[in-house]
Amino acid sequence: MPGGEDRAAAGARSPATIGRDGPHREGGGDAPALVAESLRKTYQLGRQTITAVDGVSMTLRRGEFVALVGPSGSGKTSILAMLAGLLRPTEGSVHIAGEDLVALADRRLARFRRRNIGFTFQQNNLVPYLTVLENVTLMLSLNGRYDAAGATRARELLERLGLGDRLRSLPSQLSGGQQQRVAIARALIHQPAVVLADEPTASLDTERAHQVVDTFANLIHHDGRAGIMVTHDLRMCRAVDRVIVLRDGTVERTIEDRKAIERLAEEALI
Amino acid sequence: MSPRLAVSLALKEILRNKVRFASIGAVIALITTLILFLSGLGEGLALGNRQYVSGLGADLLVYQRTADLQIAASQFDRTAVASVRRVDGVADVGAIAFSSTVVEPGSAGARAAGGAGGARAAKGDAGTTSAALRVSLIGVEPRRPGDVAVLEGSGFTSASGNEVVLGRQAALRTGLKVGDVLTVRSTQGAVDERYALRVVGIAAGQQYQIAPSIVVPLVTFERIKPKANLQDDPRSLQFNVVAVKGAAGVAPSTLARRVESQVRAVRAVDLVTAYQNIPGYSAQQSTLDTQSAFTLIIGILVVGGFFQIQTLQKLGQIGMLKAIGASNALVAAETVVQIVLVNLAGVAVGALGTAVLAATFPATVPIVFQRGNVLTALVGLLVIGPLGALVALRAVLRVEPLRALGLGK
Repeated sequence: MPGGEDRAAAGARSPATIGRDGPHREGGGDAPALVAESLRKTYQLGRQTITAVDGVSMTLRRGEFVALVGPSGSGKTSILAMLAGLLRPTEGSVHIAGEDLVALADRRLARFRRRNIGFTFQQNNLVPYLTVLENVTLMLSLNGRYDAAGATRARELLERLGLGDRLRSLPSQLSGGQQQRVAIARALIHQPAVVLADEPTASLDTERAHQVVDTFANLIHHDGRAGIMVTHDLRMCRAVDRVIVLRDGTVERTIEDRKAIERLAEEALI
Repeated sequence: MSPRLAVSLALKEILRNKVRFASIGAVIALITTLILFLSGLGEGLALGNRQYVSGLGADLLVYQRTADLQIAASQFDRTAVASVRRVDGVADVGAIAFSSTVVEPGSAGARAAGGAGGARAAKGDAGTTSAALRVSLIGVEPRRPGDVAVLEGSGFTSASGNEVVLGRQAALRTGLKVGDVLTVRSTQGAVDERYALRVVGIAAGQQYQIAPSIVVPLVTFERIKPKANLQDDPRSLQFNVVAVKGAAGVAPSTLARRVESQVRAVRAVDLVTAYQNIPGYSAQQSTLDTQSAFTLIIGILVVGGFFQIQTLQKLGQIGMLKAIGASNALVAAETVVQIVLVNLAGVAVGALGTAVLAATFPATVPIVFQRGNVLTALVGLLVIGPLGALVALRAVLRVEPLRALGLGK
């Protein structure tokens, strides 16, 4: 039963590994995983210039999980797109693993994305005609790194996510929560520097949404990746290390205090 | 871009969406069958019209100038043959006459009752053919251009005997063999006369005007052909065209010019021009060619439409693949591999189905699968898939990875 498997996955998680109290960090020293400086994005609508993002900067350390929150039109998705190298900023720069994304040509940018960035999306997350295992190993194949060891690692990762018995299932045979967990596995299997999640809980009920975000946070902390999650659901913020609140394309405030983050999530519950 | 990955993704999508891909494969198979049948029918009808003329052992066919290259309208007598024979560069000539007649049922197995002089058959000859067969009756000068090469039998033994050579179709449809006698029914004046002719040979296909042919010596032809006026002198041979064989080294075009300049009121053309002017031939061929062309265009639109709709349904997925780092080359290669495989399978099934269906058709259906035509049609069919799917490919290449985030095209 899909719902049961979601709960099983959450139950299998060890609270100690949810890394705010001291996550495992994998290599990399102190260099930030992601640095965005003065990002600005404008669009031309007839004679009118629309500013979607205006002077946003942020730095993420390895093993840090950050939430971008804000109302519709606040620029969350545009920022995520620029951080991913999917959208070129009008001004500003994005550095991931020391590489300036803005300076890369399209082809090199695509190669950089498949090596250094992991994604989960709100929709069209998985390739519908590939099995769970194939969806995850697809990232290895795209990087020319698919081998027996990679396949084993993918199986282990899916087992950690409670999907060990669904390896040969097609996405259409999974629940929404299971599909998101497969997407998480795919986002992490190639050990990227940065993992980006666009509204990963949008189509899930509250319980499954918490399970997915907790799982995500757990793996980011455990594997020492930098993670950014765009969400409109403040309740999901309790699993992150930092919340960046956006309004009208600018950073309205940044919440790093654990208690303040918990309070933000609790207030959203009311 | 890994070609192996592109093929693997393409195959997995096909195998896990069998019904969807089988449906377009079935459409391609049906289009293949239709085009192959149109091609076969075109060739069959063309052969049925031109087979005798195109197989003539001659370089030119000479018509009466005023006949406008219509065989039936062209009328010559013996003096024309003599005039053409005298033209410099002519190696041999033969007069040819065309008409039509009916082979009576009950011809097969009957033996010739009379000798060479006993042309009129007794009514009620025994035999086994079950229905009257309308045939083209062709009169030729034995061993002259226009005479047919026999595959079985001896061929004509005299210039005026009651002998007949059957084209392959006539032999097949009457069941007659060398040595048998057939009875020809010919309306002469107001009376149906019957003539017994001994089969002295069976030739390759000799159809003319979509009918099997029987070939007789010109003198015999004059005697047995349907005619309105019984008072016509059977000794004054009338015929329609003169087949001309040129001497070695003389180009047919040169020979044609000489014939036209040295013989009064004639027109000489090569065999291709001759059969293209058989009544209805060109109109029939252009009609069938147009049908084939339209079917190919419909095929392009159907295949293109299918793949375009499929691509439109997958834009989000393609955007996601590009966002996670799949190159344009990979997603394009996957699309192309799918199109080629589905098209190949559809064409193969269609060709196989056509072969099976064609084997069940009776000999009377004028379908001929000529290797060159079939190969041309198959190559055309294999090209229409990728051609039709170019639009889908363009759509695939234009998808922006940004689409994965609900932004962009």
